[in-house]
Amino acid sequence: MTLELKNVSLTVGGETHIYPTSLRLADSGFNTLLGTTLSGKTTLMQLMAGLIKPAEGEVWFNDRNVTGVPVQKRNISMVYQQFINYPNLTVYENIASPLRVARVTRSEIDTRVRQMADLMKLGPMLQRKPAELSGGQQQRTAIARALVKDADLVLLDEPLANLDFKLREELRDELPRMFADRHCTVVYATTEPSEALLLGGHTVALHEGRIVEFGPTSRLYRNPATLLAAKVFSEPPINAIPVTKQGARFAIDEASTWDAHDDAAALADGPYVIGLRPHHVSPIANGTSSVAIDGHVLITELSGSESVVHFSRADETWISQSHGIHAIEVGETAKFYFDPSNALLFSPSGERIGGSASGGDA
Amino acid sequence: MARITLDNLRHSYLRAPKSRDDYALKQLNVAWEDGGAYALLGPSGCGKTTLLNIISGLLRPSEGRVWFDDDDVTDLPPDARHIAQVFQFPVVYDTMTVFDNLAFPLRNRGVNETVVKSRVQEIAEMTDLTAMLHQRASGLTADGKQKISLGRGLVREDVNVIMFDEPLTVIDPHLKWQLRSKLKELHHRIQTTMIYVTHDQTEALTFADQVVVMHDGEVVQIGTPVELFERPKHTFVGHFIGSPGMNVLPASVANGAIHFAGIPVDVDNPVDLTAGQTAEIGVRPEFVRFSDDGIAVEINKISDAGRYRVVSASADGHRINLLIGEDQDIPAAGARVAFDATQTRLYADGWLAGEGAGQ
Repeated sequence: MTLELKNVSLTVGGETHIYPTSLRLADSGFNTLLGTTLSGKTTLMQLMAGLIKPAEGEVWFNDRNVTGVPVQKRNISMVYQQFINYPNLTVYENIASPLRVARVTRSEIDTRVRQMADLMKLGPMLQRKPAELSGGQQQRTAIARALVKDADLVLLDEPLANLDFKLREELRDELPRMFADRHCTVVYATTEPSEALLLGGHTVALHEGRIVEFGPTSRLYRNPATLLAAKVFSEPPINAIPVTKQGARFAIDEASTWDAHDDAAALADGPYVIGLRPHHVSPIANGTSSVAIDGHVLITELSGSESVVHFSRADETWISQSHGIHAIEVGETAKFYFDPSNALLFSPSGERIGGSASGGDA
Repeated sequence: MARITLDNLRHSYLRAPKSRDDYALKQLNVAWEDGGAYALLGPSGCGKTTLLNIISGLLRPSEGRVWFDDDDVTDLPPDARHIAQVFQFPVVYDTMTVFDNLAFPLRNRGVNETVVKSRVQEIAEMTDLTAMLHQRASGLTADGKQKISLGRGLVREDVNVIMFDEPLTVIDPHLKWQLRSKLKELHHRIQTTMIYVTHDQTEALTFADQVVVMHDGEVVQIGTPVELFERPKHTFVGHFIGSPGMNVLPASVANGAIHFAGIPVDVDNPVDLTAGQTAEIGVRPEFVRFSDDGIAVEINKISDAGRYRVVSASADGHRINLLIGEDQDIPAAGARVAFDATQTRLYADGWLAGEGAGQ
């Protein structure tokens, strides 16, 4: 099951919603569309599903051009943020409904509904109506209905956004397993980088109607090709800090400098940008490779097990996220530390330059 | 501004409640100091909205009293309580300008226009709305509109308390950070009592000095974020706070020795239990590590969370989660795990052993 967008674009009333986009999704894989609200996630899904027709370009499914084929004639399931079930039908009938439409035999419907209910932990709820279920169970019912008909393409548009934190955690953990043995391509939209990471598979980083980067999720997170991709895939926001290379040293300012080794040493002198994830900036010195900086503390957020500190240095705003509770007062000037081997190195225009800001891998 | 005391509150939506289960709020005693930042944290259906409605006066409790300082306000209607509320969805008058939106609560109370002007400008500056004051509210983004709601909540100087009901649920994660920081900063500046209701632990723990955790109509723990993380008084708190939550494993206790799956486990609070009590061991994933000797586990799943990996393992059919740092290794075979004894606790019938049930 492969889905391919070939140079697809969409403009509505003169306004560009999707810039020309080409994308080939992994065969029967789990793919996450990651981006903020209005980055184009839902529109891209509607284009994939055939709910809207692209202005330019083609949509291919299993090496067949399906660009003009309406959604009813394609084997697609969708799950939305709002829990959509038939309120007057039981959970059993809700799950069975696509099979009844497809005129599957009664005994096969029964087998498949019960299998699906077991997978979704809905076995004991089959005779209930949706209103008698928790939010998590309602969304499980909607997902069960999407899966039961063995769709070729399953589109999930922020399916966990309306659920409580803990239910979200539970379903997020279960989701990849639910799709593991099925021969369908899954596309899942989220605004949350942490969710994309935990779901694994492949990630499409989206920004303002453009695909910024597409790749295996862990690789995209650890080795983004651009600063923009790193920004889309960082929560809290990645620290993007201008630095200068001169000779064998990198410098943020006169006091905060470090050696450039290996590949980094061979770079031309001049301005660069480093990308430092907040958890790589700590109020505690860690080893001998730490570079110290002075920060003016703006905000502290202590969550019980970790400290998030927003601070300013020159005209930059930094964020540090560290284990433990660190008593740092708002308004004071404090020392923060980072290891340049954790910093991603970019050109001033945001193109990635090889490994880390000390040479070697980031 | 006021100190808020909830005195033996109970509430049932039924006319003649009989059993304990008939109460949406079972029994509640809470004292909130003037000027504090508090959070009410719990899952859907735990009773937090009922409690919020009782404080704001939309609901009269079946039993108990609500005090603002030394005044019993239990029977006062909402408009006599001087409360500001900010809701999940921005409540904004689209046809009005941002200025008029912010001015609304003041003009409504006949505040003179010179005061309105200076106060609105002050609040606009705090909430980064100054540049948009004369735009129509309809043109603003979701977070812009929620800033107006926040600003309107803050604009009156005579409120006893500002209550926030899931104010960031509809906001994107990258903007949540900014609004959460903003809210914290605003609390520092205006020092009004604030109560923040949410199901999201991150929001509750980062905003509040003290968090009230509710479950099934009851308060299960009141504590600082650190206390809730390090010493959950109930397994529910351990599970609900932390991501993933605390591992809770069945235990047996005999002659002061505590066992899980036949293996002795050291805990921070070794006490003997009374006959018939259910014993469980609670240890957070942060305090489980791989070790050469320890409990043999099977590794079922490894999830990459970026700055750490969540390892889901099992022993004797029970799930044990571990958090493993970016630079630590995960054994390929024959994995064993050990618990940090100072952070491993015994629970009796769900409550921290040796401390008894209740608050």
